[in-house]
Amino acid sequence: MLGFRTLLYKEVLRFWKVSFQTVAAPVLTAMLYLMIFSHVLEAHVQVHGVPYAAFLIPGLVMMSALQNAFANSSSSLIQSKVTGSVVFVLLPPISYGEFFLAYVVAAMLRGVMVGAGVLLVTSWFALPQMQSPLWVLTFIVLGGGIMGALGTVAGIWADKFDQLAGFQNFLVMPLTMLSGVFYSIHSLPDFWQQISHFNPVFYMIDGFRFGFFGVSDVAPETSLAVVGTSFALVSAATLLLLRSGYKLRS
Amino acid sequence: MSIAVAIDRVEKRFASLQALAGVSLQIAEGEFFGLLGPNGAGKTTLISCLAGLARPDAGSLTVMGHDVVGDYRAARRLLGVVPQELVFDPFFSVRETLRIQSGYFGIRRNDDWIDEILANLDLTSKADTNMRRLSGGMKRRVLVAQALVHKPPVIVLDEPTAGVDVELRQGLWQFVRRLNRDGHTVILTTHYLEEAEALCGRIAMLKQGRVVALDSTSNLLARFAGQTLSVRLAAPAALPPMLRARATENDGTWIFHLAGLHEIEPLLATLREAGCHIDDLRLTQTDLEDVFLGVMTSDRAA
Ligand SMILES: Nc1ncnc2c1ncn2[C@@H]1O[C@H](COP(=O)(O)OP(=O)(O)OP(=O)(O)O)[C@@H](O)[C@H]1O
Ligand SMILES: [Mg+2]
Repeated sequence: MLGFRTLLYKEVLRFWKVSFQTVAAPVLTAMLYLMIFSHVLEAHVQVHGVPYAAFLIPGLVMMSALQNAFANSSSSLIQSKVTGSVVFVLLPPISYGEFFLAYVVAAMLRGVMVGAGVLLVTSWFALPQMQSPLWVLTFIVLGGGIMGALGTVAGIWADKFDQLAGFQNFLVMPLTMLSGVFYSIHSLPDFWQQISHFNPVFYMIDGFRFGFFGVSDVAPETSLAVVGTSFALVSAATLLLLRSGYKLRS
Repeated sequence: MSIAVAIDRVEKRFASLQALAGVSLQIAEGEFFGLLGPNGAGKTTLISCLAGLARPDAGSLTVMGHDVVGDYRAARRLLGVVPQELVFDPFFSVRETLRIQSGYFGIRRNDDWIDEILANLDLTSKADTNMRRLSGGMKRRVLVAQALVHKPPVIVLDEPTAGVDVELRQGLWQFVRRLNRDGHTVILTTHYLEEAEALCGRIAMLKQGRVVALDSTSNLLARFAGQTLSVRLAAPAALPPMLRARATENDGTWIFHLAGLHEIEPLLATLREAGCHIDDLRLTQTDLEDVFLGVMTSDRAA
């Protein structure tokens, strides 16, 4: 247990020591998105009866949280693989389950911290009321967990930083950007609405937003079922990969 | 004496390359054991299999009776490995690194022991320095320290003195010797053969994934007992053909392995008769380097 706790502590310390890049920078990016989009669209749009800026904020919070959760586990792993310091966690008696938990929980924590930071600075523009904090917390934790686990897989699989960038640019970015962060999918043409329903990130954002406004594109229970199942599947796959020793223990 | 490390018919293949071709070794508790061999012989691969960093294709390995795969938690807790590659985590200071490493092994408050390791490795003044700011030799010392945080009964050092200055090398050996005297089993790989000769009680020599010699250091030295005569001839002279068969050339110097001092006189006589003038001549006692070269060229089985 102390092995897990120490690994978690080390993973948190790792991003916290460079929190200017790992927390402050994504918060700034999200704030820029909000300033630009809300400035352009505020006068014209209301979504679910909510002013556009307020509608946008939960989506930005969740998008930043998800992207940073992924970035945390994946970049930590690839860095330690490339520098070779990954042996320090492979030599001790740490089980693959502890390994998984430490990386995923650290990723989750970074996601939640970035999310909280985005919420804090954007509340200055438009404070979205939070109707049901429990939904909010559930979705950000599960979403961060999924992305942390995916990041673990990507970090183990990639041998080079550009392979990881590929994973990030061609999977994580499109999935998060096309998930209804900036719009309600009901405003999309029918075809794209259908497509969106296959994107698990859509459910993370939609459920998360329900926690704020009490309205959403699909029922929050449906979102929870999809997100919960995704978390279970991704976790199981990651655990299997870790148990096999793939690319870590040759 | 109980067995600290048992390696049983271990095989490991990387694609088409047979890195370990059935290695068996038993190392007793309290031994100071040397693992020697040329580059690529399979020393690091064997250590990786022992540490669980690599999985053997066949065979088994145990540390103090615990299988490194089936009972990996116990095996890893009993083993401290200094990796060959100079690796470090750039985010942390020396002390943070050692505290974190202690935690990985389930040890909570370890500062007394950490301070002792730091003092012995002459790192006390660098305790709060970031790893990035250390010199290469200092980073290697931290690697040694990291392997010792959990006071492992079995310590494996994969070329710990590469790039370490003379003074510290002495200090390091003093420390490791003391650990060995206190009962820790030490397994050492090194390319400095005089180091192995001075430290190791028993030595295995590996070549292309096989053990080609395994004996006590004194027996190995005795097996190749004798002297080496190095002769450099004055410019135009060539070595007489009858001597060429038993000599090896090294950078213009001819080297003869002698079974005894009585062989010197006839050898010099032959040179004189052939009209050779001697520029330089040296007689040395056989050391581990001669044994090593002898074993590696003759492929004599253990
Ligand atoms: N991960 C790997 N993938 C492919 N081949 C490998 C790998 N690791 C080692 N080898 C090969 O296995 C053989 C044994 O390598 P090993 O590192 O065990 O040698 P060594 O005895 O430690 O050599 P050195 O003295 O240079 O450290 C070498 O031919 C090496 O190229
Ligand atoms: Mg090696």
